[in-house]
Amino acid sequence: MTGWMLDLPLALGLFGAGAATLAARSLFGAVLGFISTGLIATLVWVRLEAPDVALTEAVIGAAATSVIILYVASRIGGGAAAPAPPHIALRILAAILSALLAVLLALALLALPEQAPSLAGPVLERIAPTGLGNPVTAVLMAHRAIDTLLESAVLVFAVFAIWSMAPDRRWGRAPGPAFVAEPHGPLAFLARVLPPIGIVIGIYIAWVGADAPGGKFQGGAVLAAMWVLPWIAGLIAPPSISDMRLRLAIAAGPLVFLMVGLAGFVWAEGFLAYPPGFAKLLILLIETAMTLSVAVAMACMIAGPPERRPQP
Amino acid sequence: MNAIAPFALAAAGLIGLGLYGMLAQSSVLRKVIAFNLLGIGVFLVFGVVARRGAAAGLPADPVPQAMVITGLVVAFAATALALVLTLRLHQSTGAVTLAEDPEASTPPSKHGASAE
Repeated sequence: MTGWMLDLPLALGLFGAGAATLAARSLFGAVLGFISTGLIATLVWVRLEAPDVALTEAVIGAAATSVIILYVASRIGGGAAAPAPPHIALRILAAILSALLAVLLALALLALPEQAPSLAGPVLERIAPTGLGNPVTAVLMAHRAIDTLLESAVLVFAVFAIWSMAPDRRWGRAPGPAFVAEPHGPLAFLARVLPPIGIVIGIYIAWVGADAPGGKFQGGAVLAAMWVLPWIAGLIAPPSISDMRLRLAIAAGPLVFLMVGLAGFVWAEGFLAYPPGFAKLLILLIETAMTLSVAVAMACMIAGPPERRPQP
Repeated sequence: MNAIAPFALAAAGLIGLGLYGMLAQSSVLRKVIAFNLLGIGVFLVFGVVARRGAAAGLPADPVPQAMVITGLVVAFAATALALVLTLRLHQSTGAVTLAEDPEASTPPSKHGASAE
């Protein structure tokens, strides 16, 4: 019964924040609504007994996504008049269809069979050879490693695509716009104080993912934030996008993952299979490379294509 | 099932809201925000299904959870790309929407002035 007292307000708040996001008059209001929705969703994930996802939602879904939306909104002009909405008939039609979809989906979810299918048992049965204690990490790194490999490649291609938006004359410069340094401002202060703590937290979250909630994506995102913060404060200049070290760091995760996967043909049963006894070691190797790649790729995605003027 | 019914309903509601926002708003940036609302809803459906699959001593099925973690990162990458496209559209044409009608009514000088 106490669960309902918590769950009902959370569910109502989630829907309400989503509705407020759409109803907001200004772009800035919509962004604030979205941030609230993401934060409430994080709490819902905790209530759904999924702390790994709650961490990811908090760091990537709510925080990082909000930062880039807020950044673009401020550059386009958050207070600017909204463009004319589509014709009223179109909006009514869209409302009817969307409501219909939501109702059908809700009915389908409520009508799910009482005896839910689950892969929790099979995952736990096969977790011992991986040497991992966190079943979600075991799924990500062993049972469904192919998904994670493909996804790590998505990050590399996303950075390619974002960089390719740069005008030709800016190619080869550092990612993102030029930020003016304010050596004694509050931002510069935070950019000096937070990274030493944040870097330790980021590495810890990535490391502890093997046995407890956490992992490379969550930890990598924290590390990305700790790298971007001094960029924004103007304390350090990001490397050029032609810098081979930057490019290698972005590609390291998928490359190591792919090489270990291919080596599986030689020393194990096939692609992405780990040899007995070495699974934990290889998974840690891949996770280390992936943490680096996620951190650098996310930092580049937050910064955007090169826009800064040539450095004097 | 009853214990997670509120979240199932909220997830379905968010998907409806997100879809409506993508169809009925003309600002590209607001469409991107609506896309992310839809994403939160879809991921929560996975969360509800995972919670129902509690078995073998685990509070939730780890397989849908792993898929959501993968999905969240891909959704972030897609959002980042969409936002850069939106920003470039704004920088090179001054437009904040892809709708044909408002674009045709703006004076052509705007295109010439800010074209790179």
